Amino acid sequence: MWKYLHRLSSLKYCYEWSGKWVPWLLGVTAVLMLVGLYWGLLVAPTDYQQGESYRIMYIHVPSAWMSMFVYAVMAGAGFVALVWKTKLSEIIVSECAVIGAMFTALALITGMLWGKPTWGTYWLWDARLTSELILLFLYFGIIAIHSVIEEPRTAGRVASILAIIGIINIPIIHYSVTWWSSLHQPNMQLVSKTPSVHPSMLYPLLVMAVAFQMYFVSLLFIRMRNEILYRERLTKWVKKALAGH
Amino acid sequence: MLSVVLTVIQRDLLLAFRRRADLMNPVLFYVIVATLFPLGVSPDVEFLGRLAPGLVWVTTLLAALISMESIFRQDFDDGSIEQLFLSPHPFSMLVFGKVAAHWLITGVPMLVIVPLMALLLHLPVQAIPVLWATILLGTPILSLVGAIGAALTSGFRGGGILLGLLVLPLYVPVLIFASSAVSAAVDGLAVSGHLAMLGAGLILALVLAPFAIGASLKISMS
Repeated sequence: MWKYLHRLSSLKYCYEWSGKWVPWLLGVTAVLMLVGLYWGLLVAPTDYQQGESYRIMYIHVPSAWMSMFVYAVMAGAGFVALVWKTKLSEIIVSECAVIGAMFTALALITGMLWGKPTWGTYWLWDARLTSELILLFLYFGIIAIHSVIEEPRTAGRVASILAIIGIINIPIIHYSVTWWSSLHQPNMQLVSKTPSVHPSMLYPLLVMAVAFQMYFVSLLFIRMRNEILYRERLTKWVKKALAGH
Repeated sequence: MLSVVLTVIQRDLLLAFRRRADLMNPVLFYVIVATLFPLGVSPDVEFLGRLAPGLVWVTTLLAALISMESIFRQDFDDGSIEQLFLSPHPFSMLVFGKVAAHWLITGVPMLVIVPLMALLLHLPVQAIPVLWATILLGTPILSLVGAIGAALTSGFRGGGILLGLLVLPLYVPVLIFASSAVSAAVDGLAVSGHLAMLGAGLILALVLAPFAIGASLKISMS
């Protein structure tokens, strides 16, 4: 197992290994997404309170889950990067930041679109919206590191430290924002986003959640492979690998 | 080891008092920004009084951020950070000394200037003691957390703008608990919960931040 992991941390081996997986991952993602979207958007029953607008949840909820899951993956990779100093985990940290920011933005945008018909406004300083926005800022900070610090290894380690600090802080930020919002808006009647969901609505949501996971892994692999090629662009094996195309 | 930390603090204080003009910068910044609010929002007494808890704390956050940029800058340029790192004493403790000195230089003047500006912004007088307590508990957290960001960015060109992006989201809990405490004091509600949370945050930052600052400086030096 350790030997296997060790081999995987070699960029060349990882590039070849992940290349075999990408088409399968993309295929599974496409099938799951089509099934989940068809089931969620067309088959699942209409909500008796929110009407059809609740269906945006099939995009919104998986994105919101992924926005936090990706941060956890990033912090984990950051820990590995600081302890074992592997190049691959630094690459994962920087690529996760971009993908995580995308999921967070998607969750915010779909949340706003859902908020307009449900709350009557695109934006409320609600606890969940606010902490999601701050999460987006945390992602932006990590992305910005790579544009300020040119040396990729140093940037990778700075980003790793920040990812770890962030993972300690996210619960603190989340709970402080929750408390703040309950203090400032005691009378707001929010429709609970996930009341005990009926199975006919829940199953397509779970399919979409798995589809988003697969989408994340596919994206990560594709972005990781590009970054490996870029970082190793002066080596022989990359020139050979690219000469074939 | 305590004596070494004290030596670091003494050195930084001495350096700061040799350049008194720099010492005044965060304070002046604070006064000027606080003056902008009545001009930009409204000079109405009651309106400003309600906004004041938030205004004084947002301004404190910005002043802390401005002051953080310089905490390691000079030591990076003249190489004293490397010397501290090479010394036989634990690096994180020496760095802690630097942060403590920085707080004494920038945080302590806030204890005087913030209540003063709060009164000018018509914060009700009964809230001033609580405001004072939040500054005492909150600004050390700002210094400790900000120092992590400064340690990560001061080795690089263009690090200053990055610092705000990295550190301000981490300041959010301090802003929330501190301004909520002051607001609660204005309304005559219990404040001990908010202050306890600030205290817990301070302890957490005191325990964890020195290690993070030390590790960050090591990366910036490499």
